[in-house]
Amino acid sequence: MIVRIATEGQYRLPDAVVERVNALDNDAVAAVEAGDEARFTELFGQIIALIRAEGERLHDDELHGSDVIVPPPDTSFDEARHEFSGDGLIPD
Amino acid sequence: MAGLTGRFSTVVKAKISKLLDRAEDPSETLEYSYQKQMELLQNVKKGLADVVTAKKRLQLQSQKLEQQVVKLDTQARQALAGGNEALARTALERKTAIQAELQGLDGQIAELEGQQQSMTENQAKLQSKIESFRSKKEVIKAQYSAAEAQVRISEAATGVGEEMADVGLAMQRALDKTENMRARAQAVDELEQAGAFEDLTQLGAGEDDIDRQLKELSGGTQVDSELEAMKAELAAGGKNAGELGSGDQPGAGEGQSA
Repeated sequence: MIVRIATEGQYRLPDAVVERVNALDNDAVAAVEAGDEARFTELFGQIIALIRAEGERLHDDELHGSDVIVPPPDTSFDEARHEFSGDGLIPD
Repeated sequence: MAGLTGRFSTVVKAKISKLLDRAEDPSETLEYSYQKQMELLQNVKKGLADVVTAKKRLQLQSQKLEQQVVKLDTQARQALAGGNEALARTALERKTAIQAELQGLDGQIAELEGQQQSMTENQAKLQSKIESFRSKKEVIKAQYSAAEAQVRISEAATGVGEEMADVGLAMQRALDKTENMRARAQAVDELEQAGAFEDLTQLGAGEDDIDRQLKELSGGTQVDSELEAMKAELAAGGKNAGELGSGDQPGAGEGQSA
């Protein structure tokens, strides 16, 4: 599966790793909904670290659409809470 | 994938298809990409210039504030030696507020340097993807049937579109951060204009308001402990009595061991 970390780049991830990312991602949503910023920051940091560690970086000249796009590494708690529902985060 | 990632992917992909829909034929995406890339490049250059300007301004401020820290520390010492604890406390409160500003400034300068660098890298990456798209398009056309070629070119165009959206996003975030930094520089300038960092001996009317703001900014405990440390130093035999002490304030020197 091809995963992009927004503002950073694309990685090729084995399915097993995608499952782990998915599990962490669901926990991160739960943390956001519970208003638990510290937990969100920790989980989101784990997601980014896991992709960087286990993923194989795509070369700059490879052209693929990503299956999944992960929000930017510097995503704040407020952004996670408010901005992913609309189109506020991505410029035209 | 559900979760934040799923939501975010949906938003980004909607953006990308909007971007690609503007070209009727995926091959046209290349032309459109070039045009869009030139706009992006211009914006990036402008953004980087803004970052550098804001950074220089903050570095100047930072130097000025560092001098003030030294000056206020000396003044606090002199005031205390002269028996004017209230004045010493004011000086230390200002020093603490300025130190907090300094820390914030340094952090933001470093962060923006990082932004600047990753923007430059993103720009280069987009450039190679567009070059790659240009050559791949011709190869695909030569190797596959028209229908198959269309599908493959479409796929490659999605890759380019995604990269463009991503560079746009990275740039927007870098510019937002620059904007925050500019607001901070502005706030420091305003405090300075209001006289917050001026020489204590030159304080005029209106200082009450500044003092109140500074007290809010500065942690009281740090001021207290610095004041105690200074008193201890003085009691231990520091003979550098200051010229700042005013004997006019009743009770200012109470509680000091002479």
